[in-house]
Amino acid sequence: MQKPEIAPTGVNEGRNAMKARHILVGMTCASLLGAAVLASQAQAQDSIYVPLLTYRTGPYAGSGIPIANGMHDYLAMLNERDGGIGGVKLNVEECETGYDTKKGVECWESVKGKKPAVVNPYSTGITLQIIPKAAVDKIPILSMAYGLSASAVGKDFPWVFNPPATYWDGLSMVMRYIGGKEGGLEKLKGKTIGFIFLESPYGREPLPLLQQFAKDYGFTVKEYSVAGKEMQDQSAQWLSVRRDRPAWMIMWGWGAMNPTAVKRAAENGYPMDHFIGIWWSGSDDDGRGGGQEAKGYLSLNFNGLGANYPALQDIKKHVVDKGKSQVEKDKFAENFYNRGVYNSVLVAEAIRNAQKLSGKKVVTGEDVRRGLETLNISEARWKELGFANFAAPISGVNCTDHNGHAPAYMQQWDGAKWVKISDWIQPMRDKVRPMLEEAAKEYVEKNTGWPKRTEACDKSS
Amino acid sequence: MDILYKIFLDPFVQMGTAPDLFVQTLWEGMVGGVLYALIALGFVLIFKASGVFNFAQGIMVVFAALTLVGLYNAGVPAFLALGLTIAVMFALAFTVERVVLRPLINQPDIILFMATFGLTYFLIGFGEFVFGGDPKVMITEQLHLPKGTVTFKAFGGIISLQKLDIAAAVIASIMVAGLAVFFSKTRIGRALRAVADSHEAALSVGISLEQIWVIVWFAAGLVALVTGIMWGARSDVSFALDVIALKALPVLILGGLTSIPGAIVGGLIIGIGEKLWEFYWGPLIGGGTDAWFAFVIALVFLLFRPQGLFGERIIERV
Amino acid sequence: MLYREAGQFKTSYATDQAVFPILQDRIGILIILVIAFVGVPLIGNDFLTNAVMIPFLIFSLAAIGLNLLTGYTGLLSLGTGAFMGVGAYACYKLTTLFPNVNIIIWVIASGFFSAAVGVMFGLPSLRIKGFYLAIATLAAQFFLEWCFIRIPWLYNYNVSAAIEVPQRELFGIIITGPRASAETRYLIVLTIVTVMTWMASNIVHGRIGRMWMAVRDMDIAAELMGIRLLPTKLLAFAVSSFYCGVAGALLVFLWYGGAESTVFSINESFTVLFMIIIGGLGSLLGSFLGAALIYILPIVLRFVPPKLGLPLHAATVEHMTFMITGALIVFFLIAEPAGLARLWQIGKQKLRVWPFPY
Repeated sequence: MQKPEIAPTGVNEGRNAMKARHILVGMTCASLLGAAVLASQAQAQDSIYVPLLTYRTGPYAGSGIPIANGMHDYLAMLNERDGGIGGVKLNVEECETGYDTKKGVECWESVKGKKPAVVNPYSTGITLQIIPKAAVDKIPILSMAYGLSASAVGKDFPWVFNPPATYWDGLSMVMRYIGGKEGGLEKLKGKTIGFIFLESPYGREPLPLLQQFAKDYGFTVKEYSVAGKEMQDQSAQWLSVRRDRPAWMIMWGWGAMNPTAVKRAAENGYPMDHFIGIWWSGSDDDGRGGGQEAKGYLSLNFNGLGANYPALQDIKKHVVDKGKSQVEKDKFAENFYNRGVYNSVLVAEAIRNAQKLSGKKVVTGEDVRRGLETLNISEARWKELGFANFAAPISGVNCTDHNGHAPAYMQQWDGAKWVKISDWIQPMRDKVRPMLEEAAKEYVEKNTGWPKRTEACDKSS
Repeated sequence: MDILYKIFLDPFVQMGTAPDLFVQTLWEGMVGGVLYALIALGFVLIFKASGVFNFAQGIMVVFAALTLVGLYNAGVPAFLALGLTIAVMFALAFTVERVVLRPLINQPDIILFMATFGLTYFLIGFGEFVFGGDPKVMITEQLHLPKGTVTFKAFGGIISLQKLDIAAAVIASIMVAGLAVFFSKTRIGRALRAVADSHEAALSVGISLEQIWVIVWFAAGLVALVTGIMWGARSDVSFALDVIALKALPVLILGGLTSIPGAIVGGLIIGIGEKLWEFYWGPLIGGGTDAWFAFVIALVFLLFRPQGLFGERIIERV
Repeated sequence: MLYREAGQFKTSYATDQAVFPILQDRIGILIILVIAFVGVPLIGNDFLTNAVMIPFLIFSLAAIGLNLLTGYTGLLSLGTGAFMGVGAYACYKLTTLFPNVNIIIWVIASGFFSAAVGVMFGLPSLRIKGFYLAIATLAAQFFLEWCFIRIPWLYNYNVSAAIEVPQRELFGIIITGPRASAETRYLIVLTIVTVMTWMASNIVHGRIGRMWMAVRDMDIAAELMGIRLLPTKLLAFAVSSFYCGVAGALLVFLWYGGAESTVFSINESFTVLFMIIIGGLGSLLGSFLGAALIYILPIVLRFVPPKLGLPLHAATVEHMTFMITGALIVFFLIAEPAGLARLWQIGKQKLRVWPFPY
């Protein structure tokens, strides 16, 4: 057997190799020269540029693809049906990040020159990295129901928005639900609550609030982190769950982690109706991972289920049936597809507000920031948009509160699909808001030189 | 004192007081080890026969599983899809031999290793392009693989074994036995070993390198298919699987890069060792240690026995 | 014709042993430096500087580091990503503990921490060789990656386990943090990379470099000649990790502006390994060429289809990028296993006798 060598010995001198080398040289020069061509970037000035930082590849594509489809299709529907927003077409472009922070930052760098209206990073990790850049590059970030919870404090984060609810709101809603089932949160004293999460900024986000709850109500928290590399093999974590026997399991998972976790929970005999996932662990694929055995698995949700909404039917008519969508026919209007649609509704409303406030048709990032700050979608407005009973009204967004702290509901997997099983659960605002303010203050102190807010405050229209 | 107790006594106390969990951990470790061994088997096959460390084995596992599920979802009945997938893996082996291996005959090992890197990237892009990135469900029932759990009370608690895991262990053992016989008893097996020793010498005795390579990559492709089915049945088929292939490397080190029974033994040692360590000692240092523990075992082994348990002794001639 | 050396003669041993003995080469290097220091900031736009040149330089530095270890000493290492991470986190801790000291000093100092860690994980190299050593360095990679998450002290107990780069200044100009301009950061990275490349060039052309190459070619013979293996190999690990550590610190502080543990994963190690293999093992120029090709190629691939008017989905472009990169790697290895640096050497040889064929 040959000893593994490092230095190559000898070079192919055959004629084929020579020809191959000539091609090689040509290609190399071409590609290096191509880099110099990157200087110019064309900008269309008669449309609003909306980049979507999505991921259709990589281990998190399972969660990313339906959301990307939903986001894209709603905006495409607006273009087809209404000719855009306020008469101006939307230039929707996807930038593939693969849920990778590096690629996300690269996408930011490549889109910022094209005057984007708003950026949706779809990754807490990417959001954290671009939050400092948003104020400098003057592009607002919409990290809908994810990202840095503390960015709900508008006075410290004028360029970052995360409606309808932060992760800390979500955790408080889960606790409220658990309290309801247990007959009061005090009944949790002495019990154990397990928290299984993706080892990432996303998964770690709710930990401070969870520790606070544990202190207040006297239960123990057992943390089970799942590294991205071992998402498909969580046997170690679920063995520990069997050992620790927590009364309730809360999951903050994403991508391939969700269906595997649901399956393992079912296999290990964990009572599925005590297993609650945050709204990002509630995709149809996640429930399907466990199939019938996963019946009873719970998850939060803030958008409507199913295709029975006039606006969704419009999307079907104008976009999906015309072949302008990448969604598979039977995955249309699944939970995460509707989530993506919800995200785009927020974007569209923000752009409309921006047009109203600035008087311009082609709005810039600064205008859309003001539009996001005056976001107000009442129940009547939802109905107007074709989404009656689709989502809770968003009414609390203003200059100091970039979130709104809207309620969410609990849904349950019945073996084949998600079913709404609760009413709107309100977050524990009185607990969460002071902690958010505290966290924002800490963030500003840690990052010396954090700019003070200079942007003016518009009255909500 | 407290720390010493925690490290040296407490885990064994835990093993004693909850023996059902201990046996369950052992079982989970064994299952993990068998699955690693399946991946390692593919590596060993190719390394034994061509001296190439096929880094693309992990992605071949994913690709084989994707092809199977993709064909099934396109309407092909399950066993026909299986047959077609085998044909696809053969075509892949043929193409790889033609395009990648033949021009690189006699290049040093590092170059061939790098070429398999290129192959990995290509297959990742190609697989995602053809089949899409969303995770797919493995067609376990259609392939008549057992589902469900075998639960029995023992050691004062419950031990539950997934029927699928049992099936995986059985299938892996059969494959290992079959491959070991193939290599030692058949003519092609001997030819494979000759090629692994030296390309030039094999050529000079009239062994067709091209044919041997196609055969061996096809065999590795079959192993990859079986592995993909097993892994995919435990958790969906997605592109998160190819990273698990890295875990097969310590298995190879332990077992020896050229030994088929070594792959199984190494796999079992690594799998069980990893699970036991993570379950009993992991919480002391924060958990998540199974990311690197296997490599530390391999490292310790390398320091004392570089060729692994069953590998051939490395002889350096000056 | 271009490389006519008629009239160039050397009058002392020192000039004869120079690294660039031919005048044309020296002029060439000067032109490249002028373009790099003056041309790019003046002509290039923000995207070019920020997203192309800075990362290219940083990866070149890491590639030089790995090349010193793998190309010159023959020790295959897959732990590059982790060593870069050690440098980055070390720099972060140093600058948060001592915020008043110049950040450049901490960037260089973090290299020493990385070197220390590299030496520790290089200890097995006396017993283990070749491919097996790669597995040992994988242990380093995964263990250090685990440390970056599980040792909260490293990221100052930040809840999200991510580090954010604080704003730092140099002579009153902001050089780190979101408000640092791309040109400033580019010039600093360029200066550091140039100085360190010059240092590396001197090392490999001198006694130490020859020791390393002797160990690479046949370590038993080298030992018989009197070269002590363990100190030589450990020195290789130390210097290589120093370079990787500085590259990691530059990556976080002067490019990303922040990091989390997944930034220094095994993919980084593989990427840098690709760079040196494609560029050429055992060649400093090869490190630059390989970094240019591996890093810039996907960016070009992402931009070409829209410019050609092909409406491809972003995901398809990503798939294509993977496929083309993979195919190119295989193609390169078939056509020129010794890498781009060898192509350059052949090119120079041809230029010496051009327009004659030989």
